Amino acid sequence: MTTYGSKATRFGFGEGLAELGAQDERIVVLGGDITGSVLTSLFKEKFPDRFFSMGIAEQNATTVAAGLALSGKVPFFASYGAFCALRNADQLRISVCYNEANVKIGGGHSGISVGPDGATHQILEDIALLHALPHMTLVVPCDYLEAKKATIAIGQMIGPAYIRFGRESTPMFTTEETPFRLGKGEVFRQGNDLAIIACGPMVWEALVAADELAKEGIQARVINIHTIKPLDEEIIAEAARECGAIVTAEEAQIIGGFGSAVAQAVVKNHPVPMEFVGVTDTFGGSGTPTELMKAFGLTSGDIYNSAKKVLMRRSGQWNGFQRMTEVGMEGQHPQNYPKPGVVFPIEELIEADRQAAAEQTA
Amino acid sequence: MPFTNERHSPEKLDEIAREIRRDIIRSLVVAKSGHSGGPLGSADIFAVLYMGGVMNYDPHDPAKPGRDRFILSAGHMCPVLYATLANAGFFPKSELLTLRKFGSRLQGHPGRDMHLPGIESSTGSLGQGLSIAVGMALSDKLVDRNDARVYALTGDGELQEGSIWEAVMSAAHYGLDNFCMIVDNNDCQIDGRVPDVMNIYPLQKKFESFNFHVIECDGNNTAELLAAFDEAKATKGKPSCIIARTYMGNGVSFMQDKYEWHGKPPSEDQAKVALEELG
Repeated sequence: MTTYGSKATRFGFGEGLAELGAQDERIVVLGGDITGSVLTSLFKEKFPDRFFSMGIAEQNATTVAAGLALSGKVPFFASYGAFCALRNADQLRISVCYNEANVKIGGGHSGISVGPDGATHQILEDIALLHALPHMTLVVPCDYLEAKKATIAIGQMIGPAYIRFGRESTPMFTTEETPFRLGKGEVFRQGNDLAIIACGPMVWEALVAADELAKEGIQARVINIHTIKPLDEEIIAEAARECGAIVTAEEAQIIGGFGSAVAQAVVKNHPVPMEFVGVTDTFGGSGTPTELMKAFGLTSGDIYNSAKKVLMRRSGQWNGFQRMTEVGMEGQHPQNYPKPGVVFPIEELIEADRQAAAEQTA
Repeated sequence: MPFTNERHSPEKLDEIAREIRRDIIRSLVVAKSGHSGGPLGSADIFAVLYMGGVMNYDPHDPAKPGRDRFILSAGHMCPVLYATLANAGFFPKSELLTLRKFGSRLQGHPGRDMHLPGIESSTGSLGQGLSIAVGMALSDKLVDRNDARVYALTGDGELQEGSIWEAVMSAAHYGLDNFCMIVDNNDCQIDGRVPDVMNIYPLQKKFESFNFHVIECDGNNTAELLAAFDEAKATKGKPSCIIARTYMGNGVSFMQDKYEWHGKPPSEDQAKVALEELG
């Protein structure tokens, strides 16, 4: 697949929602103050009568949405995922999911790529929480156009749903012709040596890694799983049987996240060695999106390394606990980026202050 | 030389607030992202809190037992807190230029994991800082039984968070007269004017009905702020709430009272103009 430019998935959500508003009069949207950021502003401009500002009050907005749904409306509430997936977790669990209320939540600015806002605003645990909630449908689109299709699709289905999207521009590579069916994964690249199963913008990184691997004669199957719940177990089991090794990739916590969901399906159907690319039980931090994706091991290079590891495990060359150097493999994309933590030289900064003070008195 | 926490005159505090505002502009223009409006608008409150002899703290021993604490519940306003702490000598002023950079102790929203001296709690998910401050005040007054005071600043839009009122109820329930919350009342939030997005008024009656001692003042007037903090300190038996009316972006003419400046930094050209205006 090739790219044709880049655009943030949040625009797919905002535009899809506005389109949905024209299709269905029952669609109402609740605003959580940051409507311009999560692009519910596009709906607001077109349908001001069906837009309700709820202020900075996600717990209340979620519960009001449940009430609207129980009254026959199809409410969408969107905010940063940090505040509309975890802050309102109990409201989602009881008022939305237990009620089977037809509420749609848009979780914006997801993943580490939000950048300088830092850990508080980088939601990494939404996948883990939301796919544990009964009745919840969880969708993580891979690019702008898929986000648009997915938004329309969850608006047309009945039941609670959450769509996860990002702030930063990411490559656009699906087209109008690319199939999209809720609950169905798609093979984006054929191959039988191993399978890379990814969600969200990590699908593109997986395709890049597969091209790198192909240069060495390794043909990786790349599977896009946009619906994490209900999960397409069939396509995963088939990949396990036919490829015999799997790498998952996500911009979220691996623990309880997408990798865990895929692992469950693999273990249940056809156990094979697996490696996981994602955030490893740590909080995010400030930085540019590119710096952070590198530092947290979320690049195509990291997927490449994990692919090599999983193949070595399958052939018995590596037991998974040795250092890569011990088995004669350093990884072509060494992960020697600065790790999260304080990197500025505090002593030098103190000295700079001293000099500035001395100059002032002189 | 850092300013000290002895009581400075209102005139001196105005000068300190101007320096804090200049530092906010300097750090934001380098960061290329972050919040301008709230930090500039509340610089006078921070100058008075830290340099008006209001809070008891030691920048060289930031974890000193029995110290007064400050929690920035409106975590996105951290540029003003960072600038104030640097001016008070908690850490080098040059570090302000690392704001929001990878590996900086000056995270986009305060992160306790970075161990920046003077940061008592991670904040940024609105409403939660106020509850944390209530917990600290409870610990000081009813567990440790010391004289330490706890201050917390919230935005006015932040009062829309339901959990704010749970925190307020609990502070009043325990008669936490060592607890003082400050509302940065600039009437601006990202989507527009506060009463348009979700009305929070009348504020004074709300807090009074929760059994708070309410003090209203001009939050851009250091003399009024000094008097307000004195009154809060002298209040016994109930917590205080200072409703400080401020102008978002105060001190920079093109940002003044414009909610559009809530969440963006100045460009280099705009920063030059702002620094000129701030002297």
